[in-house]
Amino acid sequence: MIEFKNITKKFGEKLVLNGVSHVMQNGKTNLIIGTSGSGKTVLQKCLVGLFEPDQGEIIYDGISFTKMDGQERKILRQQIGMLFQGSALFDSMTVEDNVMFPLDMFTKDKYLVKLKRVNEVLERVNLIGANKKYPSEISGGMKKRVGIARAIVLNPKFLFCDEPNSGLDPQTSMLIDQLIYDITREFNTTTIINTHDMNSVMEIGDNILYLKDGQKEWTGNSKDIIFSENKNLNAFIFASEFLQDAKALRMMEAQKK
Amino acid sequence: MKFINQLGAYFLMLRGMFSKPENPKLYWKEFMHQCAEIGLGSLGIVAIISVFMGAVSAVQATYQIVNPMVSKVIIAQIVRDTVIMEFSPTLICIVLAGVVGSKIASELGNMRVSEQIDALEIMGINTKTYLIMPKIAAAIVTIPMLVILSMFLGIWGGRMTSSLSGALSVQSYDTGLMMGFIPYNVLFALMKAYTFSFIVTSIPAYYGYHVKGGSLEIGRNSTKSVVVSCIVILLADYILAALLL
Repeated sequence: MIEFKNITKKFGEKLVLNGVSHVMQNGKTNLIIGTSGSGKTVLQKCLVGLFEPDQGEIIYDGISFTKMDGQERKILRQQIGMLFQGSALFDSMTVEDNVMFPLDMFTKDKYLVKLKRVNEVLERVNLIGANKKYPSEISGGMKKRVGIARAIVLNPKFLFCDEPNSGLDPQTSMLIDQLIYDITREFNTTTIINTHDMNSVMEIGDNILYLKDGQKEWTGNSKDIIFSENKNLNAFIFASEFLQDAKALRMMEAQKK
Repeated sequence: MKFINQLGAYFLMLRGMFSKPENPKLYWKEFMHQCAEIGLGSLGIVAIISVFMGAVSAVQATYQIVNPMVSKVIIAQIVRDTVIMEFSPTLICIVLAGVVGSKIASELGNMRVSEQIDALEIMGINTKTYLIMPKIAAAIVTIPMLVILSMFLGIWGGRMTSSLSGALSVQSYDTGLMMGFIPYNVLFALMKAYTFSFIVTSIPAYYGYHVKGGSLEIGRNSTKSVVVSCIVILLADYILAALLL
């Protein structure tokens, strides 16, 4: 579980996060949603320590991350996996080497043991056979899956995903969403996903935090969203006529039940 | 003010490099990889420049010695001293600032922009120790070796030109090389080489590591790193000459 209280972050005079508090639940897909520039990425980077918040506290499983020294953070970070928006794979390494890198760095296992683990996670993300390919030789969706494989290879307790669907076609997006959802359930990870993909919100949103202009505007789950009367949230989620119709349809179905 | 901020960030980066490696084996592998990249990767250009540098020095020295009272063996001495004391350590390191420095700056800049450095940080790896330290260490080991090789090739280039042009026989050239040789000059050149190898890697590493933005900024920072490295090399060259000679 990750709890954060009153997170505030400024860049120069610009207030990007303004007193955001929330609890990210264990074993669930926790979504941070909001328009571009609403502070999603900054919040996520504060949570993993890439940015230091100006105010507020971040607590990982009851231990204050904000008060940890460098060495304590280093140890905690070995329990964190992160999938980046652009996958952030190491260009000069093959898929196999990318996934094996955290094992090489933090375990003393023999090569064959590490290779077995790499093949296990690659199989988990449906990437068997791509071991010897370089990131430049695989598609965007495959890169994301390699990113997920690298993020989960050390069995992390916390999984962060920054816009996992950006630049992917709807079908691949759904596959990635389902994969993240299944991994969360399977390994009981606390998964935090930044997204503005509406499919993700509706399909895998166990615990949703909606940010607007750096402030917490709404929280709930994918079912609550249908009935939400928050105007900003509705304008953001159901932006197109098609989505508004879909919402009306879902509400009718729910009322019939 | 900006200069002081940048200088502070540069020294903080250097201080941040000194931490216990997570897995020494991997750091050693990276160090050896950098030795090959910097040392072997620059061997060709260093060899070509050195031979021509010595050859041109010999031709120009021959051209300038018009007084029949001055012995021509002095050509060998001129080539030897200019190559050992200035051309090999300084000129070669300025060339390496372009070859190696721009590569380091663009490599780290690209890693920063594509979030690869963030990915390493998230894994709990000290990116300054893992990415910068092996590059600087490899340069400190390999660049002085390249400078020594350059000295030999430069002197050989002068010897070949002098004998081919008929200005000086090989025997006379070799005699000239032995005359008035001061071994301290080689030590002085090596001290310069060690200092410059630190400069040509740490400054581009700073500019690459701190890139903000996109591909345009990578190019801009890469160019800036080469320019600043060259200026700092010349400044350090003057300071070392004033202090050690």
